[in-house]
Amino acid sequence: MILQVSDLSVSFGGVQVVDGLSFSVERGRTLGIVGESGSGKSVSSLAVMGLHRTASVSGSVLFDGEELVGAPAERLRRLRGNRMAMIFQDPLSSLHPFYTVGEQIAEAYRLHRRTSRREARARAVEMLAEVGIPSPRERAGEHPHRFSGGMRQRVMIAMALACEPDLLIADEPTTALDVTVQAQILELIKRIQAERGLAVIMITHDLGVVARVADDVLVMYGGRSVEESPVRPLFKLPRHPYTRGLLASIPGSGRDAEGDGDGGRLRAIPGQPPSPPAFPPGCRFHPRCPLATDVCTSERPLLLGEERRVACHLEGATR
Amino acid sequence: MSARLTELDPSSSREPLLSVRDLRMTFRGGVRAVDGVDFDLAPGETLGLVGESGCGKSTTGRMVVRLLEPTGGRLLFGGRDLTRLSQRDLLPIRRDLSMIFQDPFSSLNPRQTVHQIVSGPRDLLTREQVGDLLERVGLSAQHAGRFPHQFSGGQAQRIGIARALASGPRLVVCDEPVSALDVSIQAQIVNLLADLQADLGLAYLFIAHDLSVVRHMCARVAVMYLGRIVEIGAREQIYGTPAHPYTRALLSAVPVPDPDVEATRERIVLRGDPPSPKAPPPGCSFHPRCHLAQDICRTSRPELRGVNGRQVACHLA
Repeated sequence: MILQVSDLSVSFGGVQVVDGLSFSVERGRTLGIVGESGSGKSVSSLAVMGLHRTASVSGSVLFDGEELVGAPAERLRRLRGNRMAMIFQDPLSSLHPFYTVGEQIAEAYRLHRRTSRREARARAVEMLAEVGIPSPRERAGEHPHRFSGGMRQRVMIAMALACEPDLLIADEPTTALDVTVQAQILELIKRIQAERGLAVIMITHDLGVVARVADDVLVMYGGRSVEESPVRPLFKLPRHPYTRGLLASIPGSGRDAEGDGDGGRLRAIPGQPPSPPAFPPGCRFHPRCPLATDVCTSERPLLLGEERRVACHLEGATR
Repeated sequence: MSARLTELDPSSSREPLLSVRDLRMTFRGGVRAVDGVDFDLAPGETLGLVGESGCGKSTTGRMVVRLLEPTGGRLLFGGRDLTRLSQRDLLPIRRDLSMIFQDPFSSLNPRQTVHQIVSGPRDLLTREQVGDLLERVGLSAQHAGRFPHQFSGGQAQRIGIARALASGPRLVVCDEPVSALDVSIQAQIVNLLADLQADLGLAYLFIAHDLSVVRHMCARVAVMYLGRIVEIGAREQIYGTPAHPYTRALLSAVPVPDPDVEATRERIVLRGDPPSPKAPPPGCSFHPRCHLAQDICRTSRPELRGVNGRQVACHLA
């Protein structure tokens, strides 16, 4: 197990945004974390990386057996970009406009490896080639604005993987990209993962992306995990009412009420996702849940189960 | 003209509300954002306009509602050519056309109340009328005094929809109306748009990159690539038996929320990025990314022609 997170909670100024999250990822596997805005999916990954700054974090994050919660900042800096790396939605805001992409990859590499500039430079070109950038030697000398959105995300992946990390956290890496380019980037991540046995956490709102890349899925709602499952059973038989509602609201999922493409009505989830200062008591989904009962409004449901885990008071009662 | 009209769009039997003919938009610097687009839209119909960023779909929508002045071609609305009308003659027709934008917050003035936003710059509506519109879009009349920041994204989009309905339009251009919203909210807005269409007989030009939403909303679909329509036809044809290699690649690139389908289906992964409209490739503009491209594709530009009941611009279809 390269990463084992237990009971992770994150709060900002007394407002808890992530509440008791536990999950683990193995080498060579992909965990998809799904959620809407305010679900805490991005904050929890930043906390894993130690990038939370002003937040207070509790619980445990074991990376290859080493505890990261409370670890010295210097130690986290050594791990970040070296043994664990992250890519984000918007590659342009993560790249420095002044330096060539080759310089930026080389610098990231030299931060963790004692090599000459020449060697680091060669490594940058090698990485650009690996992520499928044509004429890598020439492109290494160009600045980020000369690259398209998809090519910039390739550059970010090249930089993230230059030091051969064990864990890659990808936070909505294809959300800003066109679908044909998204397909390329997802293929690229899968190929590199297969070649290197990389553990990947894919954070996304897109259940299609999850179905394409994930082995295991964690569904977040209101800062908590509501359902965890291997990917196939989750899509075949979603158990939490939120997961069911989410899947049913996708047009053409085959789960919408009046079938596909007839202009019939979609099964929408009423209301809107809650934001951290106003998380409801009890089960945080209860104001939007068609099945909610009294117990749901007052008591927090526990995440129960073995291979599949569901946090719902009605689990077992309804089936 | 009429011969070309039927030839271009055999599926649209009703008298069209909007006919777009050879519509063009060339920006300064010679960027041909829209490069000769033709389609018809019947009253009460929804036409989906899909494609990737830079394909010209939003520019087309903006020209239809006259937010942009076309540099060529014609826009026939109810039989009158909008591109030839004076501003004064255009004014009454403008009420028939409106638009819903992608980002509900940046398209609403943060300093205006909901009443001011919906009622428009000349405050044409009474309190009751604004209240009715707000209730029609699933808000309440009491929201009229509030400001945009007091609403969630989904509610803000409802305000944008109320504003679009205020003038009593017959055609609404929806430019990515749900893509900025959370997944669970998207279905609410899609349902609202469908209800409004059924109640008010609106025609929609529905611009989106999300192919599953378009499939749900639109009986007819046009696929754009680099400023041109490469395939247009009924939903069943476009999704069931796509004829253009780009349509096929686009459909196969969309991740489907079903791991079994994802594990088994054939995927056409296109090489490279969409080319720049500043320097479109010669011949078929899709040929540098097309896995079927032959010599003719590199030299001669394919025109739209009828193939199995839809129109497709491909030498090989």
